Amino acid sequence: MARMTMIEALRSAMDVKLADDPSVIVFGEDVGYFGGVFRCTAGLQAAYGEERVFDTPINESAIVGMAVGMAAQGMRPCVEIQFADYVFPAYDQISQEAARLRHRSNGQFTCPLVVRMPTGGGIFGGQTHSQSPEALFTHVAGLKVVIPSNPYDAKGLLIAAIEDPDPVIFLEPKRLYNGPFNGDHSGKSTPWSAHPAGEVPEGHYAIPLGKAELRRAGRDVTVLAYGTMVHVAEAAVAEAGVDAEIIDLRSLLPLDLDTIRASVEKTGRCVVVHEATRTSGFGGELIAEVQEACFWHLRAPLIRIAGWDAPYPHAQEWDYFPSPARIARALRKVMEE
Amino acid sequence: MAARKAPEKSNVSKDDLLKYYREMLLIRRFEEKAGQLYGMGLIGGFCHLYIGQEAVVVGLEACTKDGDKRLTSYRDHGHMLACGMNANGVMAELTGREGGYSKGKGGSMHMFSKEKHFYGGHGIVGAQVPLGAGLAMSDWYRGNDNVTFTYFGDGAANQGQVYESYNMAELWKLPVIFVIENNGYAMGTSMKRSTKSVSFFGRGAAYGIQGEQVDGMDVLAVKAAGEKAVAHCRAGKGPYILEMMTYRYRGHSMSDPAKYRTREEVEKIKQEKDCIEHVRDLLTQGGLASEDELKAIDKDIKDIVNASAEFAKDSPEPALSELWTDIYA
Ligand SMILES: Cc1ncc(C[n+]2csc(CCOP(=O)(O)OP(=O)(O)O)c2C)c(N)n1
Ligand SMILES: [Mg+2]
Repeated sequence: MARMTMIEALRSAMDVKLADDPSVIVFGEDVGYFGGVFRCTAGLQAAYGEERVFDTPINESAIVGMAVGMAAQGMRPCVEIQFADYVFPAYDQISQEAARLRHRSNGQFTCPLVVRMPTGGGIFGGQTHSQSPEALFTHVAGLKVVIPSNPYDAKGLLIAAIEDPDPVIFLEPKRLYNGPFNGDHSGKSTPWSAHPAGEVPEGHYAIPLGKAELRRAGRDVTVLAYGTMVHVAEAAVAEAGVDAEIIDLRSLLPLDLDTIRASVEKTGRCVVVHEATRTSGFGGELIAEVQEACFWHLRAPLIRIAGWDAPYPHAQEWDYFPSPARIARALRKVMEE
Repeated sequence: MAARKAPEKSNVSKDDLLKYYREMLLIRRFEEKAGQLYGMGLIGGFCHLYIGQEAVVVGLEACTKDGDKRLTSYRDHGHMLACGMNANGVMAELTGREGGYSKGKGGSMHMFSKEKHFYGGHGIVGAQVPLGAGLAMSDWYRGNDNVTFTYFGDGAANQGQVYESYNMAELWKLPVIFVIENNGYAMGTSMKRSTKSVSFFGRGAAYGIQGEQVDGMDVLAVKAAGEKAVAHCRAGKGPYILEMMTYRYRGHSMSDPAKYRTREEVEKIKQEKDCIEHVRDLLTQGGLASEDELKAIDKDIKDIVNASAEFAKDSPEPALSELWTDIYA
């Protein structure tokens, strides 16, 4: 087993798929020659050639649109949108072409496409380099939406996404690229090499989409989180001193409702955490599902901790970013009921 | 390494040359200081320096009158200083302080000044281009002769919305000057890896828009081309494209090791084409200004820049409540 950062794990996933499937190609802005602004594709062009790993102009809309065309022909494009904040010109192609090609062609054409994009905050990126747009994609029937929280999952999920017969939005929490992040921005950052999930097999393995993972078992309250917030939630649970069960959703669409239901039926309490703005965020969906599925088991109102309903700030990032302290307060509050 | 060509004699006045010298130097020193503050951790996140490209914005600002508008991308500090925005306010926005132009809400890439008709700083590549056409449209609608300078890069020039804007701008003869700052690179991707249509101004012809390529390292050439473009727009003849051939000396942003180009390439341009040295030569070799005069300007600028850094360090952090202000009316 090798030790990998999330960047290396993602690269390894693309490497494995480029090697074993000639229909896989990788492209995007600065992806080929430069190897990606976060280095996720470094070395792949040298290994697989300019026809399979290449740079595009700054054309998000056409990057995705062309990938849809290729996918309709049975190719498996894995494209990069440099930051999730830049995806909006491509939203039309994703939501109206990629997502619906199968349905409207009555299954004649499909769209096995992966759109990778670094997402989320915590890197002092301000309002155009920190957003978490997952709910804009979970709102679209026909898409799958994945967001890993560690290198091991990142590789297994990306391989599964590339092998999936439908379009997958693959969100990479950029704050986790080089190491886990517990929400303490002043503290020393730890590298993935010091974390068990930094152990990643070199070869092929896939983690099925739609399966959540238990990060911590507990009896008193269920915490639903994904991406960077999984690690922040772990810190919050330690801070609050509650026996919480932390579920890392990994896939938002399809959602592993079975795992969620089993946990909430046991704990009777649930706190949902995400970085994205609160109103119409994915947390609203999670809370609706939990109350429908587990209403008679609930002992306290459901709470969500999310980014504030404001543009992602430049100067006040740490007042905005859901902190362990804010999550811990919510945990204590649900325990009072 | 080849030395710079001897300056041709210019018939530009001493005052004008000194003004360009001063404005370009202010941008350069300001950017150097921003780079230092970044290194010290006082500025965080994204910060794109304009060093090398100063002649473009200084030359074009010399063609403007009050009421003219300008907007650009995230590489925006130079444009703000050149249109007369205050160095303190710009630097304090970089450090995310209350004294910044957006009170710390915008950061390096997102600043504005209604007073100076500066419509931003835009972090999304190409997004400012239709906005610029829209600003011009409002002037056209109101029947004044103001012009909007819409700056964008060679990389941005491939975005689809640029061409949607060209088409409408010519269709309605809008008074907008599209200024392409062609520094040869879009982040790590050189022009030759992103287009076969390398004449960016020439693309306007498909929409009936006139344009020209300009030596963007020569402030006098920039000014001359700018005057022509401005006259065209003010006369109601519609948009104009200026493709400014320029070069950025630093990495794309502070985190860019710039491995996609050689050190020799950068050094050669610095040696042969530097826009500030060019004007300095015109002033000294033409006997228009003494070393002492230039030194006094250098010192003056150093003081302005140092003061802006002090201001940006001392200005308080914005109040927590600022998170929620100016989201709705
Ligand atoms: C829509 C969008 N796509 C991608 C980016 C990332 N990005 C920022 S700057 C840049 C390169 C732009 O190059 P150019 O237009 O030549 O301007 P320069 O940086 O050279 O001034 C890229 C790809 C972005 N900010 N917005
Ligand atoms: Mg450029």
